[in-house]
Amino acid sequence: MRSGITRGGEVLRALFFVAGAIAAGLLILGAGLHAAGYDAAAALQALWRGAFGSWYAITSGTLVRAIPLIIIGSGIAIAFRGGALNIGAEGQFCAGAIAATWVGLHVGGLPGWLAIGVVLLASTGAGALWIAVPVWLRLQFGVLEVITTLLLNFVAEALVSLMVQGPLQEARGFYPQSDPIAESARLPFLPGTRMHAGFLLAILLAASLAFLASRTLWGFKLRAAGANPRAALVSGRIQVPRMVATALMISGMLGGLAGGVEISGVSLALFQNLSPGYGFTAIAVALLARLQPLAVIGTGILFAALETGAGAMQRDAGIPSVTVYLVEAVIIIVVLLVDVFSRRHRNVMVPDSPAAG
Amino acid sequence: MTLALQLLGIHKRFGSVKALTGADFSLEKGEIHALLGENGAGKSTLMHIAAGMVKPDQGAILVHGSPLNPGSPRSASRAGVGMVHQHFTSIPAFSVGENVALAAKWAVQPRRIHSRVVELSQRLGFDLDPDVRVETLSVTQLQRLEIVKALATGATILLFDEPTGSLAPQESDALLHLIERLVLQGGSAVLITHKLNEALKHAKRLTVLRRGEVTLQGAASQFTAHDLARAMLGEDMPSDIRAPGHSVGGVVVDAVGISVMPIDGRGPGLLGATFQLRAGEVVGLAAVQGNGERELIRAVAGLVRPSRGTLSKPQPVAFVPEDRTNEGLIAQFSITENMILGSDRTAPWVHHGLLDTGMAGQAASRLIERFGIIAPGPDVTAGSLSGGNQQKLILARALEMKSPVIVAENPTRGLDVRAARSALRQLAEAAAGGAAVMIYCTDLDELFLASDRILVVSGGRVIEAPPRPDREMIGRLMLSGASAA
Repeated sequence: MRSGITRGGEVLRALFFVAGAIAAGLLILGAGLHAAGYDAAAALQALWRGAFGSWYAITSGTLVRAIPLIIIGSGIAIAFRGGALNIGAEGQFCAGAIAATWVGLHVGGLPGWLAIGVVLLASTGAGALWIAVPVWLRLQFGVLEVITTLLLNFVAEALVSLMVQGPLQEARGFYPQSDPIAESARLPFLPGTRMHAGFLLAILLAASLAFLASRTLWGFKLRAAGANPRAALVSGRIQVPRMVATALMISGMLGGLAGGVEISGVSLALFQNLSPGYGFTAIAVALLARLQPLAVIGTGILFAALETGAGAMQRDAGIPSVTVYLVEAVIIIVVLLVDVFSRRHRNVMVPDSPAAG
Repeated sequence: MTLALQLLGIHKRFGSVKALTGADFSLEKGEIHALLGENGAGKSTLMHIAAGMVKPDQGAILVHGSPLNPGSPRSASRAGVGMVHQHFTSIPAFSVGENVALAAKWAVQPRRIHSRVVELSQRLGFDLDPDVRVETLSVTQLQRLEIVKALATGATILLFDEPTGSLAPQESDALLHLIERLVLQGGSAVLITHKLNEALKHAKRLTVLRRGEVTLQGAASQFTAHDLARAMLGEDMPSDIRAPGHSVGGVVVDAVGISVMPIDGRGPGLLGATFQLRAGEVVGLAAVQGNGERELIRAVAGLVRPSRGTLSKPQPVAFVPEDRTNEGLIAQFSITENMILGSDRTAPWVHHGLLDTGMAGQAASRLIERFGIIAPGPDVTAGSLSGGNQQKLILARALEMKSPVIVAENPTRGLDVRAARSALRQLAEAAAGGAAVMIYCTDLDELFLASDRILVVSGGRVIEAPPRPDREMIGRLMLSGASAA
């Protein structure tokens, strides 16, 4: 079971390559900064300090930022395993955030556990609703979900703008943002930090999805449907469209949930540009994790650290934080290349003949 | 005697596998030379080396006495070596003329392309409309297109890779006559095949490869089919495949007037077919590709639903699809994973929806042993197996279902004699064990060997062949429906 349950040796190998990829990315960043006349050492130090330099940086910066990446990323891992390319998590995140805000403003009378539950449920539902349209279009007309989910991102972002200037705008009507949600609807915090209970939720979700994906018959069928839909149908009698739909729904729901968690645990109100591109970064996070939800925890924290550290680098060393995307890109490219080469190496075909094989 | 093509001392390894060890081959000008061998014997590799598509580790390639640059398709093409592939290499959405122009790197001048294609096809004695889109062509026409493409590049040495694999007997004969005509016009041809009679009948000389070495070479007239089989297999041909003395039981599949829409929107589909399958019999299905045989098989397999008529059959029906790597297996999955592909919750390795991979692996190991699948273990990918072993895996999985009905779509496609016989024998044994077995086979010899009775599908209709039919009669029935597939 090669990609289902990776053996210890393979995990170590993968870790080794990721570590190498990170080193390569940082090296290229450092070299680039140096060439551009910046103090590379100081910049990388700032990056490290911002991400891992203190207890506060770790808990309130890196890990808080990792929460939506892990939640969305493990959902995307499931979708991609089934061959369904949901690249609309950004939109599902927005939909979830809108629903969470709306509900969160009106649950002041409920006890905390119930209020939070209702908020998160509403955001999950909104995410499901947001992806239901692409799912329906795909099942009914065969419209590619890559396109529909992507396009719905813009609609969702516009909807957020509409909401914060319309129905959900703060009572005094000054800024384009909502009022803060009810106290009872806020996720509990780790005292002295900004770390909230969403982190536990994210770990729990990633672990459950990992179990679902690699230990159950359903997870196996999902992987078969993604690897070769025709063979899955003809030889496996797997209802591929239904698998794809389910996988898409799961990832849509998690996208929405991530939006709800962000509202309930971090922003406490709805803003424009609430997400710094979580929905897109999460795709990279899932791919880097080789679509293993458990590994998404690690890659999610890695990318969160880079982006959190990038903020510090901008503040302390005056280097634009976007340069860190370079590092992310290099990591992904290196890891994908290693993947391709190692696969080519491992599967030395035993051909009957090179073409007719 | 002048030599058109010479391959001298060719060595080639793929990883740890020796594909060719010191193979010598020569093609005289103006001859048809049959190249025989089992799958994996190296015959395709040898011809790919001649065409510059594979670079040999060692050895020389001479065309009309002058050496080629090994591993350079351009050098081979310039010297006049052209390959007619087993798998069609045309672009379906393009016209015939556009495909020829693309292959021959002609300038885009529609009128000129048109006239040159017409001229080439008339020279060969058939009509091929340059303006028609390739996706509407029949298998025979596709093959002609491949030949025209090769000639358009200026090839005079044509290498045919198993050209008669998917043709009716009359069509095969027509193609072989076409090749003879090409040779009369000054060309030379290599015919890669594993059909012994075809080689003996049409080739002037022949070469047999076994495990990368030449085991027999000489004039076709001095050998018998028996000699060739020996040289190919290293032993005598396995004899009869049918388990003797089993009895035919009750009706298991009963189809009354079923119609099925054409699966790819091509061909007639199935038009009101009535037939029965009984327990313990092997029913052979003869058809020119695209006459409704695919629809019939897939309806019985439960993959398509008849639009009309009644079809009663047990659930589930074990199915062996023709396309091993796209429908039969998931190439990047392990043997174990492929074996459990159709598992549901009742499988012994599924407990409450959880997959017991250890148990599945053990079951796969047992199957590997029982069906003689040659593989290092159950964890290797199915894509790394040879075609014959892939088919063994698919058959093993189908037979393990213990379904009362097994349908197999061209189960011997691309397999060498031994692997093909082994596949047919396994299906026959399943019938002997009480299953109703239906086999569609493009090779009529194999169909005759394996079947208790034969149904012919032609133009979407099913005709029951009389007992003990001969090839000519089946061929006539196959072409009677007159649906140009």
